[in-house]
Amino acid sequence: MSVLVYSESENGKLKKSSFETASYGKALSEKLETNLICVSFNCSDSKLLVKYGADKIINIDNANLKEFNSKKHSHALSQIIEKEDVSLVILSSSADAKYLGGYLAGITDSAYVSNVVQLPESINPFIVRRSCFTNKAFSSTEIIGDLKIISISSNSFGLKENNGDGTLETINIKEIETSFKVSNIEKQSGKVTIADADIVVSAGRGLKGPENWHMIEELAEVLGAATACSKPVSDMGWRPHSEHVGQTGKPVSSNLYIAIGISGAIQHLAGINSSKIKVVINNDPDAPFFKAADYGIVGDAFEVIPKLISKLRARL
Amino acid sequence: MNILVCVSNVPDTTSKINFIDSDSKFDKNGVQFIINPNDEFGLTKAVWMKNSNNASVTVLTVGDSSAEAILRKCLAIGADKAVRIDCEAKDAFSVAKEIVLHCENIKYDIIICGRESIDYNGGLVPGLIAGYLDYNYITNCISLEIDSGKATCAREISGGTEFSECDLPLVIGAQKGLVEESDLIIPNMRGIMMARQKPLEVSKAQNINSKAIDNKFFKPEEKGEVKLVKSDELDKLIDLLENEAKVI
Repeated sequence: MSVLVYSESENGKLKKSSFETASYGKALSEKLETNLICVSFNCSDSKLLVKYGADKIINIDNANLKEFNSKKHSHALSQIIEKEDVSLVILSSSADAKYLGGYLAGITDSAYVSNVVQLPESINPFIVRRSCFTNKAFSSTEIIGDLKIISISSNSFGLKENNGDGTLETINIKEIETSFKVSNIEKQSGKVTIADADIVVSAGRGLKGPENWHMIEELAEVLGAATACSKPVSDMGWRPHSEHVGQTGKPVSSNLYIAIGISGAIQHLAGINSSKIKVVINNDPDAPFFKAADYGIVGDAFEVIPKLISKLRARL
Repeated sequence: MNILVCVSNVPDTTSKINFIDSDSKFDKNGVQFIINPNDEFGLTKAVWMKNSNNASVTVLTVGDSSAEAILRKCLAIGADKAVRIDCEAKDAFSVAKEIVLHCENIKYDIIICGRESIDYNGGLVPGLIAGYLDYNYITNCISLEIDSGKATCAREISGGTEFSECDLPLVIGAQKGLVEESDLIIPNMRGIMMARQKPLEVSKAQNINSKAIDNKFFKPEEKGEVKLVKSDELDKLIDLLENEAKVI
């Protein structure tokens, strides 16, 4: 009755989320008094997972599984689930992991709950806490089934080192036949993505136009942050949809969220609510965002941001 | 070509979220319900495909009779036919299973769901349907074109876009980008009148057991007051972020 963690990698290297899912998996496997198996695909450094408590690491080496596909990866994982007698699967909350979860639950007829924010409240019955209503509420959810899958919200558990003596096994699993074929992947290189970012710098209509975004990008660069925007800004085409955060956009659960010239509509706040620390910079002291923020500056973004950039450059 | 669009009846984005019955149920009192926004992007795309691909569009929801208002709206937007599977939508698994059973009787070339609903945000239903039916599946879908039985799609991935091709049948998790916000169709009087003539079929549910049960809801803890820093004291803000919040 093992715990299995799907350890995501990119270009052969583990993603940061893999260390969090392994840390979570370790804590849970100890609660369940069982072992932790981490499974990666075409990954060269999966041995690092030992540091976070993996008892066994299985790296699936198959060039045909290089590009992620929920169907192919689900079928590969389901073989390991069966072989290793797995009762619990842990996923991150990345776009790929959520793409995988539903399909994997379908083919294995298992119970799947996403957006889990802490270790289970109870093991028998199995009860987890998950966010719902776009972070406007949480639910204590009982999961029923012999095989359970959970996705944990990013940055909700953190990293916990746990030196073990895990073994690494490289295997080849035959991928299933499918007509699905990736024709091209376009990625902006060197840019921090919203999903992976510890810090997100976000701006709204207060910036007055797309030509003023250079200072947002510069602030993000100084902080090593991702850039994001409010819904009106993406609807007007000032910024790409992929930067839209909020209820109908992307959720943000970073450690620091800086909102510049964003008034703080309820839909926007819902999407960023699970970020730990929120800073608002707005010239309107009555902007609703001030009620949701930890720190605030009432001031003109066009004056504050350049000064903030130069002060950060001098300090960091 | 047959398209099924699965829609969910969700509280309006501005709704106050409250719970009743010792915090075990969502309080629907005074709440306006809407078509889940991600589903509406998918529906709009399907309606376009009536012209571009000569498609027939069925819209389906799993829910009690209160969900019929959104089905009528979907018909007014342009769907040809509506189906309501008559039961309370309990969890993603039982909802997906009801849809799967429907799709085993009636074959669809494309099944479109929203990427996730804005109430439970699980993002499970399209994947579960695809998994149970063993169909191809794309979620976070921002582009879809069908030509001679082949789909060309784009999926938003972390930091970019993935372009792919596959055969039908196909399950889609739709989101903004598949169509734009400004493309959403506001029903006109003619559409509303025509919707009254279109079939809305109520079918019996199979009463599938849930795999996830919400025992109790909680609201996030109240936030403390915001700490205001003067705009000419930025060093103080940096100091707070560095030493108090420890986030930079």
